[in-house]
Amino acid sequence: MTAVAATETRFAQTWSRPPFIKRRGLRWTLYGGALVYLITAISSVEVNWVRVWEGLDRGLRFIKGFLVPDFTSRWGDIVIGMQESLTMTVTSTVVGVAISVPIGIGAARNIAPLPVYAVCRAIVALSRSFQEIIVAILFVVMFGFGPFAGFLTLSFATIGFLAKLLAEDIEDIDESQAEAIRATGAGWWQIVNYGIQPQVMPRLIGLSLYRLDINFRESSVIGIVGAGGIGATLNTAMDRYEYDSAAAILMLIIVIVMAAEYLSGFVRKWVQ
Amino acid sequence: MTDAASTTVWRKRTTSRELAMWAGWLVLVAFFVFCWQVMTQTTIWAFVTDAPQQAADIGSRMVPPRWEYIPHLIKPMWDTLNIATLGTLLAIVMAVPVAFLAARNTSPSVRFVRPLALLIIVSSRSINSLIWALLLVAIIGPGVLAGIVAIALRSIGFVAKLLYEAIEEIDASQVEAVTATGASRSQVVDYAVVPQILPAFAGITVFRWDINIRESTVLGLVGAGGLGLRLQESMNTLAWPQVTVIFLLILVTVLLSEWVSARVRHAII
Repeated sequence: MTAVAATETRFAQTWSRPPFIKRRGLRWTLYGGALVYLITAISSVEVNWVRVWEGLDRGLRFIKGFLVPDFTSRWGDIVIGMQESLTMTVTSTVVGVAISVPIGIGAARNIAPLPVYAVCRAIVALSRSFQEIIVAILFVVMFGFGPFAGFLTLSFATIGFLAKLLAEDIEDIDESQAEAIRATGAGWWQIVNYGIQPQVMPRLIGLSLYRLDINFRESSVIGIVGAGGIGATLNTAMDRYEYDSAAAILMLIIVIVMAAEYLSGFVRKWVQ
Repeated sequence: MTDAASTTVWRKRTTSRELAMWAGWLVLVAFFVFCWQVMTQTTIWAFVTDAPQQAADIGSRMVPPRWEYIPHLIKPMWDTLNIATLGTLLAIVMAVPVAFLAARNTSPSVRFVRPLALLIIVSSRSINSLIWALLLVAIIGPGVLAGIVAIALRSIGFVAKLLYEAIEEIDASQVEAVTATGASRSQVVDYAVVPQILPAFAGITVFRWDINIRESTVLGLVGAGGLGLRLQESMNTLAWPQVTVIFLLILVTVLLSEWVSARVRHAII
């Protein structure tokens, strides 16, 4: 009896949840370090509060612009910008996908020989490590202002994105299907065509549509550094302090992005 | 009989499907050519054809990098780091409530509050941080603060979207168990929902921080502080050796942050 009572009293009466980081020393070092960093970081941010106060007036004007956007007075410029952005998006996605398919196949370890694999992976890494905006700066310097530089930038960025994901997808395929095709005496091309392509095609289509979506979003940015598109129009509107036109452009971008996202989601569901 | 059977060759698709495929490809190619024509209307081909010379010219100006410029980059580097980190923190503060309002199982009203939260998420996600920075520089003036707010506004949508998806995927039986003890609504969220999404939340935060480091390196191009400011200055003065140094520094920073975030996410999951 007494033994039972003793075990009963050993049950804890209160419970507190276990901490997220288990080791106590590590936990307090991390918390302390974070606190020190926060204090130094926040104190090093220089804010010109007078300027902020003066700017609030502009912020108000901008919000007013959003409530009453002005589509008409710069409509011609907006149409040209949109036209550039949309065509740039389509062409760069098509070219980017066309280039990234062979590179993606080359970067898959299970079907490419080592030297090809190394070269293709290097291309992917190179394309992924530079952001669109920096590539756009370089291309604008080389190819002049306008949508052609933007087209090259987006194609280049598409390669890194798509080839990497395609290669990973090929590496993850069901080997037995490729094995079955190989057992019939098929050559390398036939294995790729009949054993691998049907398995990765739905995902490839989905990724291409997703990239189309991303490319449109990016095309609205690279115009800031001179690579054409709606970004250039937006930049001009901001420079002229025409906030109502800028608001109209932003609303158009949001609507198109939403439509593209919805459509690509719909098509992806339909394909898979 | 056997002869006829052996001459029918296996085909992947029926004839009509084959034709439909070809028609689809034809439409795609035609559309591409049309877009290409429209896009290149204003292109000056003389600039395109002499691009290799331009590239060689810039290449020769960019090397050797001016390494003495590095000391001037320490303060901008610190600013860039702060823009990314403080921006991410600010975004989390705003994104967490939005995520709870947007998730079907925690939203107070699926019909009225949820669409509003989703609208916030979509508008934040569809505008790039550079555009946010462009707006904020005009409103609150150039500087680090504009960069922080731009990064925060862009990240809200990203963090909230991934977080509300994580909330919707939680194990309902734990919520039920805590509810059965007589816990209030806020206690249910605290003890049944939060522990389940905490690892996902930490992962999302680190992932976004990594992306933000990448983006904050170029925010200065529109005047929002950090390394991009120096990049803009160097390019305006055609100081290409300095541009090289900045590019290399950005590359190293991006690779480092990617490595850190991969390590941290690996440790959490």
